[in-house]
Amino acid sequence: MSEIHAQTVSYVRETMLPEQEPPVTERGAIKWVRENLFSSWLNGLLTLISLYFVYWVLSHTLGWMVYGIWDASSLSECRAIRDELYGEGANVACWAVIADRWHQLLFGFYPAEAYWRPVLALILFGGALAPILFDGLPRKMLMLSIAAPFVCYWLLWGGTIWGPAAVALGFVIGGMIYAYSQSIIGVLGATIAAVLVPILYWLFLAGPIAGALGNTLPIGINAIGSAEFGGFLLALVIGASGIILSMPLGVVLALGRQSDLFIINKFSVLFIEVIRGVPLIVWLFTASLLLNYFLPPGSNFDLMLRVIIMVTLFSSAYIAEVVRGGLAALPRGQYEGADSLGLNYWQSMQLIILPQALKISIPGIVSSFIGLFKDTTLVVFVGLSDPIGFSNLIRATTDWNGIYWELFIFIGLCFFMFCFAMSRYSQYLERKLRTDHR
Amino acid sequence: MKKSVFLGTLAVAGLAAGFASAQTLAEVQARGSLNCGVTTGLTGFAAPNASGEWEGFDVGLCRAVAAAIFGDATAVEFVPTTGQTRFTALASGEVDMLARNTTWTFSRDVDLAFEFVGVNYYDGQGFMVPRALNVSSAMELDGATVCIQTGTTTELNLADFFSSNNMSYEPVPIETNAEAQQQYLAGACDVYTTDASGLAATRATFEDPSAHVVLPEIVSKEPLGPLVRHGDNEWADIVRWTLNALIAAEELGITSANVNELAAGTENPEINRILGTEGDLGAMLGLDAAWARNAIAAVGNYGELFESNIGENTPIGLARGLNAQWTDGGLLYSPPFR
Repeated sequence: MSEIHAQTVSYVRETMLPEQEPPVTERGAIKWVRENLFSSWLNGLLTLISLYFVYWVLSHTLGWMVYGIWDASSLSECRAIRDELYGEGANVACWAVIADRWHQLLFGFYPAEAYWRPVLALILFGGALAPILFDGLPRKMLMLSIAAPFVCYWLLWGGTIWGPAAVALGFVIGGMIYAYSQSIIGVLGATIAAVLVPILYWLFLAGPIAGALGNTLPIGINAIGSAEFGGFLLALVIGASGIILSMPLGVVLALGRQSDLFIINKFSVLFIEVIRGVPLIVWLFTASLLLNYFLPPGSNFDLMLRVIIMVTLFSSAYIAEVVRGGLAALPRGQYEGADSLGLNYWQSMQLIILPQALKISIPGIVSSFIGLFKDTTLVVFVGLSDPIGFSNLIRATTDWNGIYWELFIFIGLCFFMFCFAMSRYSQYLERKLRTDHR
Repeated sequence: MKKSVFLGTLAVAGLAAGFASAQTLAEVQARGSLNCGVTTGLTGFAAPNASGEWEGFDVGLCRAVAAAIFGDATAVEFVPTTGQTRFTALASGEVDMLARNTTWTFSRDVDLAFEFVGVNYYDGQGFMVPRALNVSSAMELDGATVCIQTGTTTELNLADFFSSNNMSYEPVPIETNAEAQQQYLAGACDVYTTDASGLAATRATFEDPSAHVVLPEIVSKEPLGPLVRHGDNEWADIVRWTLNALIAAEELGITSANVNELAAGTENPEINRILGTEGDLGAMLGLDAAWARNAIAAVGNYGELFESNIGENTPIGLARGLNAQWTDGGLLYSPPFR
């Protein structure tokens, strides 16, 4: 051994070689480019074509956007400034229309001195959503979430504070009845009473109470009618109310569709299938046209409210089907396990079934919501001034007639912001709730 | 949250339904503002400005009616209505009157049970072509491609015109006026056809309006006018005579500038009757004696309204044409105020 070793030792390196850099083609940016863009001649060709396409699009739009004119009061003035700066007929955007009318695209006809109200309502709404969306936040913030719908309503529409307060009291009454009367009239009795008593209260007591309080303690802000709402304010109010209201309704419908009770089951199926079987635009026309024929003449309750109701019903049917998918995906053992623990129906749903079913349904629910939010632009067909509707109104003035892309790009960007945020949140939620070990 | 409001409204409405139809004026006065249906934006006729105030030729009529009732031209709630929602909005009482570029036709007047109270703009369908085509008459349009808004009376008029002249055309269906402008400028069609006022407004927005001509032929009658519901003639009278007052004011030389001066009393008894210094025309309508004076002071007479919104000094630049006074060879002819 040692001899062999002695003879071979001169060929053995005694010191380590210093680490060498990988060849230039196998490191850094060049490696990345070779692997991802030019891994074969076909990929290389496609890369070149794509690059050319990107260049072509940017070369046509970037200059148009960047050199756009921001300071003009009409399209013709815009064109005059352009001719002066870049020569006759240069192709540049006229962003001045956004600078001139952005407040209308965001707030519609809402009075300018009251813009702080929707802004405050939006901040409050965000604050109210935060503890629901992110469970790291203190639980006390949930109090804000409960109060937010009423405060937001009051901020947006104004008027006396006692109206929303009297309505909120109804929910308190319902909750107390449910909590304290179970021992006396049983769970089912308590549930029914908790629904019926507040409805009776709203019908017969809420109005007089709010009126009496308003007379004795007139606290309130300027009332602003629904007709003044427009632009993204309108889209957000319709979208947010639709999303918030359709979620519980959708879950109830999904449970109803799974129910063994014949009437509830068939009613849920009928509701879901009828609502889903007809396009949203038809429901909107129903809200704006047909309801007027059915209701006695002269009774026009708020078009915006009618639209919110229709959008909510429409969205809840879709949510119901998404949630039903989640319910169906749960193994039967989960239901049986809940039963064997002696939980009643609502407890088993609340503690075992729905948390799992909703987790499975998250991507579907969020994409329904994104769709709902974008569908709010359909209200333009019933004469509401949503962002698209307002772009038509802006174009109808002699100042801005003939301007298209600038308005649509602005509206598109605003919608993208909201929808992208929703999409990112749903991905965050999926990651957080993932309990399996993939 | 709004359930109580909703159901309450229903109950009240149910009670009121029986006698709601015949007292529009009382309702408007109780509400303190006029609900006026306008378009969802039409250049020169109705559009909000940068501060959100509605302006335009149709809007001016709404303001005149509000001024006649309340003495205040701002007491109007403008309700934008689309082509589909306008008639239900009026029939259901959501609006008190429509001033919305609506063509007065037999079936709308009779079958839909509305009352057209007059004509505030005589329009007609025309054609616009690029000047480079060297077309000087619509009779030379044989074989042309035509951009046309679908589902409108203009579509039917176009078919009638071409078939009665033994010409052929290729329609390029489009949905909105905005789309039509883009298509026409991109050269997707040789001809764009819609109401002549719309053509003028569209042409005014082009980079080079002089490169396009509106052909002289007008192929349809489009009398546009304000309308109200059937069955409340007192209300219809108010809207009709407000419009007539504006027209008569132009004929008699009453303007927003001199109306207060003339209201002190003039030699002309008709002016005195209109402005309420003689007779009791206002009381017959159930309005203040100064009703017409307020309306004219607020928006000017018909000619002023026309000139400031769609006339030749505006970018739209419409000539008076048929909309001139009958004394100037037009069709405007107000019945006498006596």
